[in-house]
Amino acid sequence: MMQQVEPWVVLSFCSAIFFIGLAGVLIRRNILVILMSIELMLNAVNLTFVTFSKQLSQMGGQMAVFFIITVAAAESAVGLGLVIAMFRTLRSVDTDQIQLLRE
Amino acid sequence: MNISPIFFYAFASIAIACSLLVILKKNPVASAFSLVMVFFSFAGIYAMLDAHLIAALQVLVYAGAIMVLFLFVIMLLNADLPSFDLGRSHILQRILVGASCLVLFGMFVWSFKESPTTAAVGHFTPEQIEAAGGNTRVVSELMFSEHILPFELTSVLLLGAIVGTVAIAKRKLTRSS
Amino acid sequence: MLALIPLFPLIGFLINGSWYAFLQAPSGRPKAGAAVPGVIATLAIFASFVVSLILFLQLNELSADNRVIDQLVLQWITIGDFKLDIAFHLDALSSLFTLVITGVGTLIHIYSIGYMGHDETPGKFFSYLNLFCFAMLILVLGSSLPVLFMGWEGVGLCSYLLIGYWYSDDEKASAGKKAFIVNRVGDFGFLLGMFLIFSTFGTLDFTALKVAVVHGHEIALPAGVALGTVTSICLLLFVGCMGKSAQIPLYVWLPDAMAGPTPVSALIHAATMVTSGIYMVSRLNYLYTLSPAAMSVVAAVGAFTAFFAATIAIVQRDIKKVLAYSTVSQLGYMFLACGVGAFASGVFHVITHAFFKALLFLGAGSVIHGMHEEQDIMKMGGLKSKMPRTFLVFAVGWLAICGVPPFSGFFSKDEILWQAFSSEHGSVLLWVLGALTAVMTAFYMTRLFSLIFLGKPRFDEKAMSHHSGHDDGHGHGHGGVHESPFVMVGPLMILAVLSAVGGFMGLPKVMTGTEGWLEHWLEPVIPIHEVVEYSSSALEWGLMGFSVVLAVLGIFAGLKLYQNLNKPKALAERWPVMHGLLENKWYVDEIYQAVFIRPIRALSVGLWKGFDVAVIDRIVLGFGRVFEWTGQTLRMTQTGSIQTYAFVLLIGIVMIVGYLIYGMV
Repeated sequence: MMQQVEPWVVLSFCSAIFFIGLAGVLIRRNILVILMSIELMLNAVNLTFVTFSKQLSQMGGQMAVFFIITVAAAESAVGLGLVIAMFRTLRSVDTDQIQLLRE
Repeated sequence: MNISPIFFYAFASIAIACSLLVILKKNPVASAFSLVMVFFSFAGIYAMLDAHLIAALQVLVYAGAIMVLFLFVIMLLNADLPSFDLGRSHILQRILVGASCLVLFGMFVWSFKESPTTAAVGHFTPEQIEAAGGNTRVVSELMFSEHILPFELTSVLLLGAIVGTVAIAKRKLTRSS
Repeated sequence: MLALIPLFPLIGFLINGSWYAFLQAPSGRPKAGAAVPGVIATLAIFASFVVSLILFLQLNELSADNRVIDQLVLQWITIGDFKLDIAFHLDALSSLFTLVITGVGTLIHIYSIGYMGHDETPGKFFSYLNLFCFAMLILVLGSSLPVLFMGWEGVGLCSYLLIGYWYSDDEKASAGKKAFIVNRVGDFGFLLGMFLIFSTFGTLDFTALKVAVVHGHEIALPAGVALGTVTSICLLLFVGCMGKSAQIPLYVWLPDAMAGPTPVSALIHAATMVTSGIYMVSRLNYLYTLSPAAMSVVAAVGAFTAFFAATIAIVQRDIKKVLAYSTVSQLGYMFLACGVGAFASGVFHVITHAFFKALLFLGAGSVIHGMHEEQDIMKMGGLKSKMPRTFLVFAVGWLAICGVPPFSGFFSKDEILWQAFSSEHGSVLLWVLGALTAVMTAFYMTRLFSLIFLGKPRFDEKAMSHHSGHDDGHGHGHGGVHESPFVMVGPLMILAVLSAVGGFMGLPKVMTGTEGWLEHWLEPVIPIHEVVEYSSSALEWGLMGFSVVLAVLGIFAGLKLYQNLNKPKALAERWPVMHGLLENKWYVDEIYQAVFIRPIRALSVGLWKGFDVAVIDRIVLGFGRVFEWTGQTLRMTQTGSIQTYAFVLLIGIVMIVGYLIYGMV
């Protein structure tokens, strides 16, 4: 069946993934899971770019995705490095223990 | 959009289910594996949307490198602490977070539905891409001609990230012998 | 020139006060004794006396209708219809008062140089004395009621300062407070009276008031003024007099005021301040004459006070308390005179009373000084030989107050009794009260005199010199009881002479055929009071003789009874209840305490705890607590957890997107 999938369905799927990732960032206490949720959000954005690229018959979206993937990789590497450094001091990955900003 | 609904809905539901698992599972290893599943379904959707290079890169880089790195760190830190502990002050916050995300999602969906479909403006229709030699060829040609500068800068960025990570995560050499 | 009269004491106050405040108080004991501040103060008041005398002679030159000197010092307030000038008005009445104040005041200042010789802060004392004279002179020289009231309040203040002069003793300080507070009650009535006068007559100036009421020799209600209003005015003003001049029911401060130094008692509570009530009533005699009801009240209160105070004086043990109640009693006489229309007789008695009461008080001070601060007459006796000069002058004062001719007290008191009997406002009952009081006066004064000076000494003279109440380094080389120095006895002698011959200024008509010099002198201010009923000279001579008989009776009884302490003790044991009542001043202070003071205190405490603390403090502190609570609550937003901050961010985004969506709808 070659029915059409409306663009808005794809886009709302992307936003669903994005918000799931966002909820994960705000809810979870484990740093690693937070970082994974950030990856989810980035992926949702990637899919949005690709969708528009297909819809508008342009290549700009796919170029952006290319770079986003790269940068996301770099960022997660650095983030995990930070987690390791933090773990050395706190002996835990619980974000509730990082409260130096607290008044 | 000219994609097969069955496959799309299949991949989409797997992705959504697994992403929910990512954020709801206690065990971070389970979260990581669910995330891998999400990446795979995303790759499938990319492929359906004629972004073949991206689909391949998604599997290679994301599922293959980044998640492996994640799993390494999880194992290294033995981070299986109860992370879904419902503290007293946290329940309300979590409920509110969920609620606002839902609200925002609803608003986004509504705005997606209401906005008019833009006509195709570019000249990279599937037929033309096919004629130019396929998606990979087109992307790489564009990459190394129009977008060469971001490409090079990205490599510098990666270099910086590598150096930074090593610097941060390295154990301080304070040996007393 | 008129303004110089109060100005000199003011300068004296400033000099002595500055010396005390800047030189002595910071550094401790003075280098000079009481001499320097005392002399400065005395010179100031003496200068006032000289000026008063000069002005008195000047007034004498003027014709009777014109006998006024006015001086405007400054135009103070002019608001709409209300005009208040600080102005002085010297006429027949005020010139007499200024002479008495400054004259007797000078003598008391000289006396104080000796009496306060061992005081630690003489500069303060003399500055207060001068301040008092300043205020008193403002009072009598004021040309309108508000200026009089300023002096009124000023003397009240100085009375407080001087009564509580030895403030380190709680009792003495409380006596000062009591005087001021009781006076305040009276002042409230005075103020209401002033307000009523202003609203009725539209002016508070004496000259203007007199013009409104007095037309030639007739006194009439101005148009549109009800008699009830005038009666209310008179009664309200009289409430002020009750406070300042110690009548029932506001006399209770005067006996307690004896806690102050004796010169203070002499000056303030015998000669000057307490007479300001009579001054005010005499000044406004036309208002009082308009209202027979007010006159009856004044007379009745005066007569009853005289009688009442005399009963208490009979059994008092402290010299000064006897003299204090005697003062209250004599003030009652003066109001009795005013109440029956004989204002001039009241003024006459003020003057003679100033002489002999000051003499008695200063003499008592001399006795106290000689007896090393002993004030209980039961512990004295036989001082005739030890303090002969004091004995002589005290005797003169004693005879004067008992009303023995030809001393001054006889003339003035007899005139009052005659007026009480025969005036159209008087009655036989008033005369009877007055006569009984005269007997009692003679009796208790004789008791005082004989217990102090006659008989055998009831104290141990050797123990005197080691008496603990006098260990501030008394400079005399000998112990025991001694006569006072001349600086104290000299003024006493002058006062004795005045008490002896002062009566001749007011010889009654029946003796000389015409009114006395005093009545003539006061005529422009106080019209001569013709006695209408009983205008027979035989009756007058008869009553006069009867008064002499009463005085002699009282003296005789006193002498017989108090030769030694046996008979009085027996009497006290025979009637213990009466004796107890009298000795405890008819428990008036206790009644006031229970009826007025305790409920008011309870009310104050209740209002304090129930309203001030519970309501107002809660509200005021509540403001602070609101801010505190807000701060604490807002503090909770600073969790330090980034997820919380991100969550808040999310809420914001929801709102913004929602707004945009809403715009698109």
